[in-house]
Amino acid sequence: MNIALSWIKSYVPGLNITDQECADAMTMSGIRVKGFKRLDKNLEKIVVGRILSAERHPDADRLMICQTDIGTDRIQIVTGALHIKVGDKVPVVLDGGRIPGGHDSSSVSEHGIPIKKGRLRGVESNGMICSLKELGSAWDRYTNDPEEAICVMDPDVPEGADAVELLGLRDTIFTCEIPYNRADCCGVLGVARQLAAVFNMEFCPPHPQEKGNDEKVSDYIQLDVQDSTLCLRYCARVVKNIRIAPSPEWMRRRLAACGIRPVNNLVDIVNYAAQEYGQPIHIYDMGSIVGHKIIVRRARDGEQFQTLDGQIRNLDHSTLMICDAEKEIGIAGIMGGEHSRGMHNASAIMLEAACFDGANIRRSAKRLGIQTEMSEKFGKSLDPNIAQEAINRACQLIDDLGCGDVVGGMADFYPNPRLPGRISFDWKRINRLLGTSIPEQDMLDIFRKLTLDYDSKTKEVIVPTFRQDLECGADLAEEVARFFGYCNIPATLPKGICTARQLSPKLRTESAARNAAEYSGFSQAMTYPFESPAVFEKLMLPADSPMRRAVAIMNPLSEDCSVMRTSLINGMLASLSANYNQGSKNIRLYELANIYLPDALPLTELPKERTQLMLGFCGDGDFFTMKGVAEEFLYQAGLQEKVIYDPDHPRSFLHPGRQADMIYNGRVIGWLGEVHPDVADRYGIGARAYLANLDMPCITELAVVDRKYTEFARYPAVTRDISMVAKKEIRAGEIEKVIEEQGGELLENCQLFDVYEGTQIPRGYKSMAYSVTFRAEDRTLEEQEVSRIMEKILSRLKKLGIELRV
Amino acid sequence: MKEKLEQIRTEALAKMEEAGALEKLNEIRGAYLDKKGTLSSALKNIKEAAPDERPAVGRMVNDVRAVLEDTLENARGKLARAAREEQLAREVIDVTLPARKAPLGHRHPSAAVMEEMERIFMDMGYKTTDSPEVEYDYYNFEALNVPSDHPVRDEQNAFYISDRILLRTQTAPVQIRIMEHQKPPIRVIAPGRVFHSAEAGTMCSPSSHQIEVVAIDRDITFSDLKGTLDEFMKALFGTDIKWKFYPHHYPFAKPGAQADTICFKCGGKGCRLCRGRGWIKILGGGMIHPSVLKVGGIDPEEYSGFAFGIDLERVAMVKYEIDDMRLFYENDIRFLQQF
Repeated sequence: MNIALSWIKSYVPGLNITDQECADAMTMSGIRVKGFKRLDKNLEKIVVGRILSAERHPDADRLMICQTDIGTDRIQIVTGALHIKVGDKVPVVLDGGRIPGGHDSSSVSEHGIPIKKGRLRGVESNGMICSLKELGSAWDRYTNDPEEAICVMDPDVPEGADAVELLGLRDTIFTCEIPYNRADCCGVLGVARQLAAVFNMEFCPPHPQEKGNDEKVSDYIQLDVQDSTLCLRYCARVVKNIRIAPSPEWMRRRLAACGIRPVNNLVDIVNYAAQEYGQPIHIYDMGSIVGHKIIVRRARDGEQFQTLDGQIRNLDHSTLMICDAEKEIGIAGIMGGEHSRGMHNASAIMLEAACFDGANIRRSAKRLGIQTEMSEKFGKSLDPNIAQEAINRACQLIDDLGCGDVVGGMADFYPNPRLPGRISFDWKRINRLLGTSIPEQDMLDIFRKLTLDYDSKTKEVIVPTFRQDLECGADLAEEVARFFGYCNIPATLPKGICTARQLSPKLRTESAARNAAEYSGFSQAMTYPFESPAVFEKLMLPADSPMRRAVAIMNPLSEDCSVMRTSLINGMLASLSANYNQGSKNIRLYELANIYLPDALPLTELPKERTQLMLGFCGDGDFFTMKGVAEEFLYQAGLQEKVIYDPDHPRSFLHPGRQADMIYNGRVIGWLGEVHPDVADRYGIGARAYLANLDMPCITELAVVDRKYTEFARYPAVTRDISMVAKKEIRAGEIEKVIEEQGGELLENCQLFDVYEGTQIPRGYKSMAYSVTFRAEDRTLEEQEVSRIMEKILSRLKKLGIELRV
Repeated sequence: MKEKLEQIRTEALAKMEEAGALEKLNEIRGAYLDKKGTLSSALKNIKEAAPDERPAVGRMVNDVRAVLEDTLENARGKLARAAREEQLAREVIDVTLPARKAPLGHRHPSAAVMEEMERIFMDMGYKTTDSPEVEYDYYNFEALNVPSDHPVRDEQNAFYISDRILLRTQTAPVQIRIMEHQKPPIRVIAPGRVFHSAEAGTMCSPSSHQIEVVAIDRDITFSDLKGTLDEFMKALFGTDIKWKFYPHHYPFAKPGAQADTICFKCGGKGCRLCRGRGWIKILGGGMIHPSVLKVGGIDPEEYSGFAFGIDLERVAMVKYEIDDMRLFYENDIRFLQQF
């Protein structure tokens, strides 16, 4: 909402503050100021000048030479305004002055344009006569004058006077954000009341009376409101003998400052009153209301209605309609119909100020897809008592400004008048909540300034109906805090117990993951948790893959982010790809984030959220590099036993021969592998890429973080080497399993130290060499003991078809 | 005998003199001093000497041995030193050649800030808790004083999964979840993702992170909230940080507040990043509304509490002077490497 400071000042005459003070005060009192704009920025040395003479420039058809009276002096100005007349009073920028821009179609610049005297086609010019545009203004402030033309001022302004002041440009426009619960501050009066309270100034709102002629409104209009839950109040007044003319300058300026285009006296007055109170007021042409009757009723299901914008709207029973005796006129609180167009020739009008159920207006506006300024205001749940004040204010202005004859009385439907509320006031408790020691009287002073009364007998604060936001003691505490000042609230720390600092098991595992990944050169990535369902195809997931069971968003930003991810793969591949394609060669990334796994679709319960560690790289390294990082992480996380690698459950997005599930204590805790070349192609990754995924909850569960010291072995070890030739298909894991099983407790370590495939080995075979170490904890091993075990190992290996070499 | 020994001595010393290499010296040692060496043989021949001369001969043999061993040791030392000198000279490297590194990875700025905040609040006695990102409407809105037709819902731009389930728009639902499982005193932080249906921009993202801070106990005051924020700001940004604490309305907070830090880009003058405000909002919250406490099963007559949600990305932006939130989700290593 935009508000002009001059408008606020008209209700708080004592207010003498800088723009910044005003902005800060508004923000600190709960109305956040998003910004403010001085209208006289870069308007310097601009006075009223009277044209004494205007002659054509001898050497230029499009220039005039004007002798101008600027009060203290007479100066010669050359101007391009050919239509200027002798006697016109115009704004003149003097030598050394400044305008914001707009000159010769240039745009407005930060520091404006300095004006200096000079010669135009050989003729001396000592200043400049300004157009509205050059003053940084446009239609929105002065509808009577075309933008490009010279601004001609009132004939009775004195020469030499400050033109900027006279044009009403010594003003500041504040753009503020009104909290949705403060319907009262949607009007200029509400904001002024608030500021008067902050600065402890007198607040002088208008006090409109229900004035009118001797006629009775009931002779003109009958109300038939059929739904008092959706229509809380309906006020109507009638004005006849409308005399359309421009509205006064001050009114136009204030409206324009709020971004409302001035039209004529009637429209401007109604807008002005509406703006003061934050209460929408609607004008109806009496001639178009059939049967002198206003009916407010719910629409019928399936009813159609053409709104002002020409669109046909499908209505239902929950939409409230304004009708006359024959037809629908508008959708209550949202938008008028075709008939509400063209009021230019109305001789009599009806004004409507109503109060509709805010929630229903919001629902209807949403359902119909119509968001108007009106629906937004009604949607905030207005105070029904304001409707009366606002409509009377409009009628008073109509009367004062001679815009028409106001018919006496107000047609009013208001079956359940709203009464002021009461909140019990406990000043000690407020101090206890705030941590302050504000005296009771200071609190009562704050309430008084906010026009909240106090009943000292019952110790209750009486809340006027326009402050519907105040409901309980905590609300009063907030008012006190705001006007005491958040900056004056002391800063203390909570007293009482502190829990001992301890990392949760989840955070500990995550910390191990980050450390292991980062020590291995992986940088942390973050990607969006929603993705396109097309990802499933991209990853070549089979039709029955559980990864396709994703939670879908009903109202996604786009198809590309319409399902909650079931893996971090897509995010990782996309990130690798982006880096690869901007020229990075060695890319190592990891992400630690949730995946979302539904129990059933459509969702009835919340999906399971499981944190995953996804490692991805391309460039230097291979499968075993990734395996090393994964194992280091597991070790650091507290999984210190052997991880089994199972290649027999291939995943579609990985290379079928270069992938494995990682199994720990019989549970699949993750997987790793090279990205399938087809998938890499689809992501535009032109290098071999590797992924590893670890299920963090599983790891946290399996982690053993209690570490205990084990004594060093005191007896010597015996080491034997085994050299063998095996079929290529036999995995190292199988051989190790044999060694471990047969080695039993005495086996300390078995280390593969050579693998070879090539010319000296038959095709389809590989040679492998292990170094096997045995040790007993309690004695020196005997040679025979070791030999017996070795024989067992060797005979088992032979059974696997392995040829041993001695 | 004596002459023979003298001859051995001279001969051996001459050979040592000429040796010039360690291997040669070892040979010489073998030839003269080993068990089967010349000197040992000489000692064996002691019987040839007259019995009364034998002790003298023995002494002589030992003297010669001592001289030879001494000289040998010297020669060996000299040669070893020369060899080492030569090795060192040969092994001179150009220390200005580039380093060989195994570069460490980098932590994402959001995560770095998250961890730092966790540390700060843990030091103040808070425990970390987990909370669902896909949440019931009840926890995200209903229980927080935002009934189904409340206008605040429009501002929050929630992504919905169903009528009852949505992607949480704030970490505030944690307040209710904590109260359901724990009785005061409560000191908890809950980091996690939040979502808003808005296109990514310099200052917004459809998915971002918040950290919810909740303290409930007897006599927790609004001043405690302000003091806690002050501690946090100073710990995170340094004692010189300029921040501002001002009213804001949240349906679930009374009094409600927001806090801004001064815009790093313009220093408070107002620029495009801060939309001319000169300040950047980084958190919001307030004293937990009595009706929210009630919903959580805590008696507002007995207890009070504060809660606020910190916008992680915004904090990271201010801390690292990052002027576009979109960078957080692009994962460009040129960006990530800087943290």
